[in-house]
Amino acid sequence: MLAARSAAMSDSLPVFFGYVPMGMAFGLLLESQGFPWFWATLMGLVIFAGAAQFLAVGLLASNAGLVEVGVTTLLLNSRHIFYGLSMLSRYQFGGWQKQYLIFGLTDETYSILSSRIRQFSSPQEQRSYQLWVTGLNHSYWVTGCTLGALIGSMVHFNTAGLEFTLPALFMVLVIEQYKTTRKWFPFIIALISAALALILFSKSSMLLVSIILTLSLLLGYRRYQPKISHKTIESKE
Amino acid sequence: MPVEPHHLLLFILVMAVATFITRAAPFVILKNRGDHPVIEYLGTYLPPAIMLLLLIYCFKDLDTNKHLPGLAEGVSLATVTVLHLVFKHPLLSIGAGTACYMLMQTA
Repeated sequence: MLAARSAAMSDSLPVFFGYVPMGMAFGLLLESQGFPWFWATLMGLVIFAGAAQFLAVGLLASNAGLVEVGVTTLLLNSRHIFYGLSMLSRYQFGGWQKQYLIFGLTDETYSILSSRIRQFSSPQEQRSYQLWVTGLNHSYWVTGCTLGALIGSMVHFNTAGLEFTLPALFMVLVIEQYKTTRKWFPFIIALISAALALILFSKSSMLLVSIILTLSLLLGYRRYQPKISHKTIESKE
Repeated sequence: MPVEPHHLLLFILVMAVATFITRAAPFVILKNRGDHPVIEYLGTYLPPAIMLLLLIYCFKDLDTNKHLPGLAEGVSLATVTVLHLVFKHPLLSIGAGTACYMLMQTA
């Protein structure tokens, strides 16, 4: 289990450098609206969604109704549905552990856990690794939110550019994904979808629109290439 | 505080539940269908595609009015890629790429 823990610490480190500044930006923003610091901690702890929390500050300022809050959050986070879709077979056993993994399925947690950068021999170790990655990311986020609300207005670090750890992490994971699948078509489909989404829709809805386009194109591609399934990869390995 | 505490608690609860629903929906709807061929296919090929989309999404606000837009981003991503292909050490590639980007920001 120690191997799983140290692997999780190493793999989640880039997320630490992404989440702490981003969480601090949120905490600072919430605190500047006149909320005591612990509300930022509570929101990071129970919501654990960056975009939704930033949106929350706006919704609170405009005194939005609870129905509006619920519907907007569902729409904003609807891309997570597709993350769960591809994690069905990887989050197998039930109980509180699985509930927690599902709760913590953010963009960054998904990106680490859906890449097969770590292979553990036993399912117990695999589960331990998944829990550590999710828990560590969660703790970085809560730390960032709290720090931002507590001391955000006092410190002036020059962190310009530190947020590049997240695209750098995604770049590494794109390479790792290619190494495991050895197929170009998912990336070509993603490029087409991103281009279409940027041309036809607004920047803010780009991620959701491009994920839906990608899902449709992947399913369409599968119909014309019926032999392609995950089994062809396993036989190559 | 601009909002009553009990209202804020309800607000946070609604947002937390809505977020959890988006993450849990497939597990509830497609319960016990994890071994369906279509789900297995998506489990294999959706992650690489989404990873590239997340990468592209990071640059959606790229300042196109700047002189040589995307230069710092392009050079830093190339650094990440080359280092990762050579050394296969994620933290090294990510750290060096970020350092490169930060240097090019201040330069």
